[in-house]
Amino acid sequence: MKVIVCIKQVPDTKGGVKFNPDGTLDRAAMLAIMNPDDKAGLEAALRLKDQYGAEVTVLTMGLPKATDTLREALAMGADKAILITDRRLGGADTWATSSTIAAGIRNLEYDLIITGRQAIDGDTAQVGPQIAEHLGIPVISYTQELKIEGDKVIVKRQFDDRYHILEAKMPCLLTALSELNDPRYMTPGGIFDAVKADITTWSRDDLKDLDDANIGLAGSPTKIAKASDKVRKGAGEKVVPDSPDEAVDYIVSKLKEKHVI
Amino acid sequence: MDFSLSKEHEMARQLFAEFAEKEVKPLAQEIDENHRFPRETVDKMARYGFLGIPVPKEMGGQGCDVLTYVMCVEEMSKVCGTTGVIVSAHTSLCIDPIMTYGTDAQKEKYLVPLAKGEKLGAFGLTEPGAGTDAQGQQTKAVLDGDEWVLNGSKCFITNGKEADVYVIFAVTGKVEKRGRMMKEISAFIVEKGTPGFTFGTKENKMGICGSSTYELIFTDCRIPKDNLLGQRGKGFNIAMHTLDGGRIGIAAQALGLAEGALETTINYVKERKQFGKSIGQFQNTQFQLADMATKVEAAKLLVYKAALKKQEYQSNPKISYSVEAAMAKLCAAEVAMEVTTKAVQLHGGYGYIKEYDVERMMRDAKITEIYEGTSEVQRMVISANILK
Repeated sequence: MKVIVCIKQVPDTKGGVKFNPDGTLDRAAMLAIMNPDDKAGLEAALRLKDQYGAEVTVLTMGLPKATDTLREALAMGADKAILITDRRLGGADTWATSSTIAAGIRNLEYDLIITGRQAIDGDTAQVGPQIAEHLGIPVISYTQELKIEGDKVIVKRQFDDRYHILEAKMPCLLTALSELNDPRYMTPGGIFDAVKADITTWSRDDLKDLDDANIGLAGSPTKIAKASDKVRKGAGEKVVPDSPDEAVDYIVSKLKEKHVI
Repeated sequence: MDFSLSKEHEMARQLFAEFAEKEVKPLAQEIDENHRFPRETVDKMARYGFLGIPVPKEMGGQGCDVLTYVMCVEEMSKVCGTTGVIVSAHTSLCIDPIMTYGTDAQKEKYLVPLAKGEKLGAFGLTEPGAGTDAQGQQTKAVLDGDEWVLNGSKCFITNGKEADVYVIFAVTGKVEKRGRMMKEISAFIVEKGTPGFTFGTKENKMGICGSSTYELIFTDCRIPKDNLLGQRGKGFNIAMHTLDGGRIGIAAQALGLAEGALETTINYVKERKQFGKSIGQFQNTQFQLADMATKVEAAKLLVYKAALKKQEYQSNPKISYSVEAAMAKLCAAEVAMEVTTKAVQLHGGYGYIKEYDVERMMRDAKITEIYEGTSEVQRMVISANILK
């Protein structure tokens, strides 16, 4: 069984979001992490490796420094890592990104593709399903639980007010929720091996069946007018009540004061 | 000379720091208060290979270097001194002598499960009358057919009741050295559950309260002849060599405690307000923090240098890292005590309250000046080298 996990290096928003003067994200000023939903997808794939001996390949599109995230995935237990990087691919929106990644995946054999539901820097949730569309395979989004039976995957999909139990024949694509699991840590030995491991690097020229009209900034139908940080809330108020009852009374009084109740 | 960390070490630090923050820190206060051994943390550390970091992969370990192991003890100790010493005693005091002096069969039987974390290790040298003076040993081992028969007791043993494999030292006879009759000391591997091997008093300690510190009692305890570790009569050398490595582990624990206390205090002085401004805006606080940070950095360089020297020793056994280890432990332990004490002082009354981590850190720090060779013993080792 061959599993491809698409992962993305994203800025760690815990320390706050920083912008360049032109309104684009100042990625250099922020710490980079593996996107949390993608990490859950990777953990799901690694469990398939533990259980069925699946071969797990991680793939990302990004700047050369995204190799750090690929090495983290290798140190967690992934078998192979591929970086798609090329200046011609820069500035891609979800359409251009999914077109490019799908072209990369066409170079590989696979039974299952797992992506995160969405990346914390864009929150679109579009790339995973678009990749499936480009490849002409079924997609099940919002995977909260997953099991394999023969050549099928059975997925518990989170929906607004219910769960759906869905079945799909492989090859197919799943998008993973961070609730899917608790991702494992790297191991020290895994780190030492990962740092020495070869990472396959593909440029635009290594990608087949890809129209130049669908890549990079020029191939992106989305035009960003302006980006801004979310409005920060105040520092809040710290209250240290003596008992739970006192805490409840205080909260209720505050909610009444603000006419919430 | 390059002071920057390699990519491997940067990633390893990130791993240990994340693990410490998520898995170790939440338990630190509770295990201290209840004097409870954090078995669940040990199981998690075993799962991720933290209990066999410097052991080659073919022997069940992670195949990393001494510095990676040191950073693991350091990061655990930043949030919990108990967890730091569990890793240190297991790795430096039990795994290391078996890896260095064990036969292939002993390595297969004991080192592999220890390095995988399936078993936990401990080390028994200290006795009520023999701490720093190893010649004061009373525990005896007598060869009877195919078995050694152990009688005696060991005290203050870290990982005491929780370990599975123990490296134990005992007197096996007398030999003449420079015209004097000296005790011949040998090292042995003893398994938990061996008839005649029981546990005595659990020590009620000032600090590292989650650590399981017990008396070990041997009453006609028979172990196979093959469980002699290294050559008969070489026990003292094995013990001293093991403690050289152990001191680097304890130095890393002390360093972590100092760093943890400094970090906690930096955050506190930014928040705590007196006379209308944060106490971090007062020059006294600033100067105290500057001194603390400088000493921590100096200790860190000595500890890392000792780790690198031990690493060098592994490919060139002719060199010694004894002085580097003694200097690292002496400096880091005294810095840990000074920095944690100042951290409590900068916290004011809150620093004396158990809800605040620095209270525990100060109690935990004290032992680093005492075990695996007191600061005075480290001074003896260093000065003997200077004056030889």
